[in-house]
Amino acid sequence: MAYIELRNVSKSFGVGKYRTKVLSNINLEIEEGEFVAIVGFTGSGKTTLINLISGLIMPDEGEVLFKGEPVTGPSHERGVIFQNYSLLPWLNVKNNVGMAVKEAFKKMSRKERVKRVEDYVEMVNLSPAIHKLPKELSGGMRQRVSVTRALSMSPDVILMDEPLSALDALTRGNLQQEILKIWNKDKKTALLITNDVDEGILMADRIIPLKPGPKATLGPEYKINLERPRDKTALNHNEEYKKLRNSIIEYLIQIGEQRASKKENNYILPDIKPKMKPTSFRRLSFS
Amino acid sequence: MKDRSIHVLNFVGLGFFEPAIRLATGEEVKKNLVVLFKKVFLPILSVGLFLVVWHSGARYLYNIEKDARIEKALTDRGEVAANEMRVCIESGDIGCQPNTLPSPAQVWTAYESLLSDHRIISEKKTAFAEKVAATNAQREEQGLVAIKYTGRPSFVDQIFTSLKTVFAGFLLALFIAVPIGIMLGLSETLRSSVNWLIQIFKPVSPVVWLLLVFMIVKTLTRNSDTDSSFIISFISVGLCSMWATLVNTSMGVSSVDKDYINVAKVLQLSVGQKVFKIILPSSFPLIFTGLRITLSVAWMVLIAIELLAQSPGLGSFVWEEFQNGANDSNSKIIVAMFVIGIIGFLLDRIMLTIQKFVTFTEENA
Ligand SMILES: Nc1ncnc2c1ncn2[C@@H]1O[C@H](COP(=O)(O)OP(=O)(O)O)[C@@H](O)[C@H]1O
Ligand SMILES: [Mg+2]
Repeated sequence: MAYIELRNVSKSFGVGKYRTKVLSNINLEIEEGEFVAIVGFTGSGKTTLINLISGLIMPDEGEVLFKGEPVTGPSHERGVIFQNYSLLPWLNVKNNVGMAVKEAFKKMSRKERVKRVEDYVEMVNLSPAIHKLPKELSGGMRQRVSVTRALSMSPDVILMDEPLSALDALTRGNLQQEILKIWNKDKKTALLITNDVDEGILMADRIIPLKPGPKATLGPEYKINLERPRDKTALNHNEEYKKLRNSIIEYLIQIGEQRASKKENNYILPDIKPKMKPTSFRRLSFS
Repeated sequence: MKDRSIHVLNFVGLGFFEPAIRLATGEEVKKNLVVLFKKVFLPILSVGLFLVVWHSGARYLYNIEKDARIEKALTDRGEVAANEMRVCIESGDIGCQPNTLPSPAQVWTAYESLLSDHRIISEKKTAFAEKVAATNAQREEQGLVAIKYTGRPSFVDQIFTSLKTVFAGFLLALFIAVPIGIMLGLSETLRSSVNWLIQIFKPVSPVVWLLLVFMIVKTLTRNSDTDSSFIISFISVGLCSMWATLVNTSMGVSSVDKDYINVAKVLQLSVGQKVFKIILPSSFPLIFTGLRITLSVAWMVLIAIELLAQSPGLGSFVWEEFQNGANDSNSKIIVAMFVIGIIGFLLDRIMLTIQKFVTFTEENA
């Protein structure tokens, strides 16, 4: 039995004429300690998929199992790093993290909690900014806080929804390494949503493309057997890496074209915009 | 130091001093001169223009009134009386001055006389307090109430009475509107079921509120002989002004960013914690905007309500001056008008400053 299992999961939004099936027939198994990446186009339903696993929303059909039990709501066992950081703007770094620690470790003494918060903030090198408000931090720093908040609760699984998409390339690279370091330390099960194939290959054990919606389903999986720790520059000369990267990108371009030709056939796409600034999809085809 | 003082000035809304400070320290002289011109010189110019227009307007009205008086004397009592009237008016004798819009100078004089009046009354009060000090000490020993000064209140006393009333009314509005607003914001059912009530009562005029409160309070205080006019006026002020806070609070609470709600869910906060740690802080900006509107509405309706409820304060001051029709009454009314306006402005500034302290700004968060 897999650690996380999605069986024939479907999810629709809207009512009546405007009802669209975002995800259709999703089947996914993630083993304990595994690092899985899902790549997909903006608006294809990646956030919806993560929300289903975290328990923020319930599937219309099928079931989501965690350790063999159906997911009925959010739990501290599954930590979430949100796409748009979702830090509380009126709390400083310490309190944003502290709030999570307090909830996850109700029995801990105040002193222990403070220590835990400080340790975790230290881990992502944010100690100098611990008393700052989110608005005083750069995007990369905010995402570090968001990562810290999720990890400080000691979840068994960590669900990351495009955690690095809004960051510049340099910050992105640094944070990739930091997340990998943390993941490596206690081998948590991890699910990473990304729109960057390179990022997926660098970090994950397995990459699964999500086909563009509506009625998005998962594509064929790509196993990544590259040895860890993986070095970005060294990878560029690795034949296996190149082959893998090319075949994934080819596949994505192919399903992307299918989508484009569908459009020409007057296929009606839902006119709903994602809430966040759309993360550039160009990275995917040109990177 | 300089940047700090500029920051403080901007914070309390006195940002127009900024170019002057920058100029004084010799920073970007040309640019700051332009800013100074825009922010300081132009406003002063417009004040001057306002005074000129006011002055000539008052002059014009004065002349109309003056001619009418002379004309009337002429038709009623003949030429001699008309000439006497002209001489009397031009001599500045207060007995025969035309009664119309006062000029800026007259208003200034009235302002000074109100101040000196205040000084005299304060002295009287101190003198009275000294005189009765011994008696009052005795009365206190015997368990009797101290003798209080019951003379006429000065203009400044009236201002403080008004501030007291508005403050009481504001607190009442705060304690009614914020909790109810939170409840309404949390429950869609509640919101839609009492919406009609809010929509109907919100536009009701202050006068009607006053009468309503009057009906109720009068009956309730039937058997006590306390002066109910203060109670009536502050309750009316509170009821008139609370709607902005009520609506804003419920709107703020009901429209909390979905991301924050998701955070609350993922952290598995209890209902109470969700309200106090997520929903309330995130709706603080809207609640405070509501409170600011409430305070300014409270101050605005206060005058009318005091006037009608005959409770002491600036409203009754204005009304008494209007009724008594002394030759400087009109000027005193205008003084009151400016005082009311300036205090209203200051109250708003205070609220704005508090708001900046207690609420967060998202700023590309
Ligand atoms: N709560 C919702 N209500 C209605 N439509 C939604 C909701 N959440 C997502 N959608 C729609 O579902 C589709 C997939 O959204 P999302 O999962 O956020 O995509 P992604 O994260 O891949 O960019 C989009 O068309 C989006 O507009
Ligand atoms: Mg998304």
